[in-house]
Amino acid sequence: MSEAVIKTEKLTKRFGDFIAANEITFEVDKGEIFGFLGANGAGKTTAMRMLCGLSTPSSGKATIAGFDVYKQTEQIKKSIGYMSQKFSLYEDLTVLENIKFFGGIYGLTNQQIKTKSEELINHLGLQQEAKKLVVSLPLGWKQKLSFSAAILHEPKIVFLDEPTGGVDPVTRRQFWDLIYDAADRGVTIFVTTHYMDEAEYCNRISIMVDGVIKALDTPRNLKDTFHANNMDEVFYELARGAKRGE
Amino acid sequence: MPIIWTKYFMNWPAAPNAVNKLIDMKQILIFIRKEFAHVLRDRKTLLILFGMPIVQILIFGFALTSEVKDARIVIMDQAKDAASKQIISKIAASNYFEIDKTVRNSQEMKEALKQGEIRLAVIFPANFYDDLVHQNEARIQIIADAIDPNNATTLTSYINSIVQDYQMDFNKTNNIPYRITPELRFLYNPELKGAPNYVPGVMALVLMLVCVMMTAVSIVKEKETGTMEILLVSPFSPFKVIIAKAVPYLLLSLINVVSILLLSVFVLDLPINGSVLLLFAESILFIITCLTIGIFISVKTNTMQVAMLISLMGMMLPTILFSGFMFPIENMPVPLQIISNIIPAKWYYIMVKDIMIKGLGFGAIWKETLILAAITMVMLIISLKSFKIRLS
Repeated sequence: MSEAVIKTEKLTKRFGDFIAANEITFEVDKGEIFGFLGANGAGKTTAMRMLCGLSTPSSGKATIAGFDVYKQTEQIKKSIGYMSQKFSLYEDLTVLENIKFFGGIYGLTNQQIKTKSEELINHLGLQQEAKKLVVSLPLGWKQKLSFSAAILHEPKIVFLDEPTGGVDPVTRRQFWDLIYDAADRGVTIFVTTHYMDEAEYCNRISIMVDGVIKALDTPRNLKDTFHANNMDEVFYELARGAKRGE
Repeated sequence: MPIIWTKYFMNWPAAPNAVNKLIDMKQILIFIRKEFAHVLRDRKTLLILFGMPIVQILIFGFALTSEVKDARIVIMDQAKDAASKQIISKIAASNYFEIDKTVRNSQEMKEALKQGEIRLAVIFPANFYDDLVHQNEARIQIIADAIDPNNATTLTSYINSIVQDYQMDFNKTNNIPYRITPELRFLYNPELKGAPNYVPGVMALVLMLVCVMMTAVSIVKEKETGTMEILLVSPFSPFKVIIAKAVPYLLLSLINVVSILLLSVFVLDLPINGSVLLLFAESILFIITCLTIGIFISVKTNTMQVAMLISLMGMMLPTILFSGFMFPIENMPVPLQIISNIIPAKWYYIMVKDIMIKGLGFGAIWKETLILAAITMVMLIISLKSFKIRLS
């Protein structure tokens, strides 16, 4: 028996006449890795912003970890983690200082921060780099660190906005190992990506076209439905009809 | 007893609230510590932050001062009598002038002035002493190089006062009063020192630049690098971000105020005649004004370059033009005079001058304080509002 941690019903966002997200309905279960795919301009970011409590929906319903996106944004913010496509740690602070800072603004106690940072540094094998400025780390490390910072406060759900942009395939694979680890611990992963091989790693994926969710299923079922050999073909089949581009 | 109980009962939600507040304070402190780390690790920022005030005070205090020392002049003495010689020796003895040479005719004098290194020529006509004694009036011609009009005015007034000085001596020894000209007196700045004007002006300018630019850039930097997004998604509220951004720059700016005052007292020999406490209180008010402007700019811009440009062009120019420290506002056309009223630096400049130089108390500057506080409130409301609009 699984419980839904993200629930949306006809969630819509309008900017004037433009409907960025049109009646989106889906559910994501606890511990699930949910891929949120779509071409540029399809409305992924808008949808994600609504789910994170950054933007108020125009209509429809949604709950995140049981909290309402209209009224309980403060509680939502405490229950989620977020990692953006831009690398988002402070480069002029050390690895440890970054962890302390992000732990601090999420209200962790000093003791919690201490144990968490030791754990994290051992887990990532960053003992040598702990007191170095983040700017000196290679991009792959930064991404992993960024992800670890996003789940430092043990959120129920973590939103990843194209987390592996510009990273080599080996590091990407390692990054996904971290994602699997987190999912195994019961963290729900909501991830957007442009890489179709990554889409295959997800438990379920949704494909958004022109503000509407066109398909939502496991990668295997999607391939069967569209008689495709891989996710690339599925995505192309759905997205080529798109009217909106960048 | 029951009343106390209900009271206690009614109050109990206040307890977790207090705990929340404590966590809030801790979060803000963590944020402030992070801000200090940013500033202290960036050598360029440090240099701008603490180097600029010192450099500006020294430049304005010494290099750009209207006080003139050792101006090179020529003398054409056609009289060569007792009076002219005495005046010439007085001029030579002053610190302000250095007599380059004595010329014999107007041709030589013109040549000398054309070179550009001679600032001024003093001409004594023939029979100078005779005229003075017999006609009770004698004339001296002063020809100044007026390419720099301020300089020329200053120098001629120096010569004027030397001549008057002589006149007074002369009248003392002779009982008949000879030509008496109105006395020029320079209130508050009898030696025409440059520093009294520049120190308050530089204080306004430096605080304006540091606070506005640093705050704007530091907030926009978070937008540019993407960390702002992370902060917005976190439970740390945008209002707290603003507070945590403003506090470090308020403290750093106060260090600037201290260093400027120390420089002006110990290097420029300009004492603080009024209350130091009042001076600091008004400075804090002005710093807060600047911080709110910085926050406003940061809300409206998305890149550090634009934020920096707007801070520089939008703040420095109006501050220099309209604060009254370089160009007297009374001489401006009325529309510009009206515009000058919305420049916060103008009011701060007036207050610092009143406190530091004239030694006046709060009674003399409450009006300016009120105006500055009103500008601050308006800016605060506008910037908080636009910060919110951007978020939804």
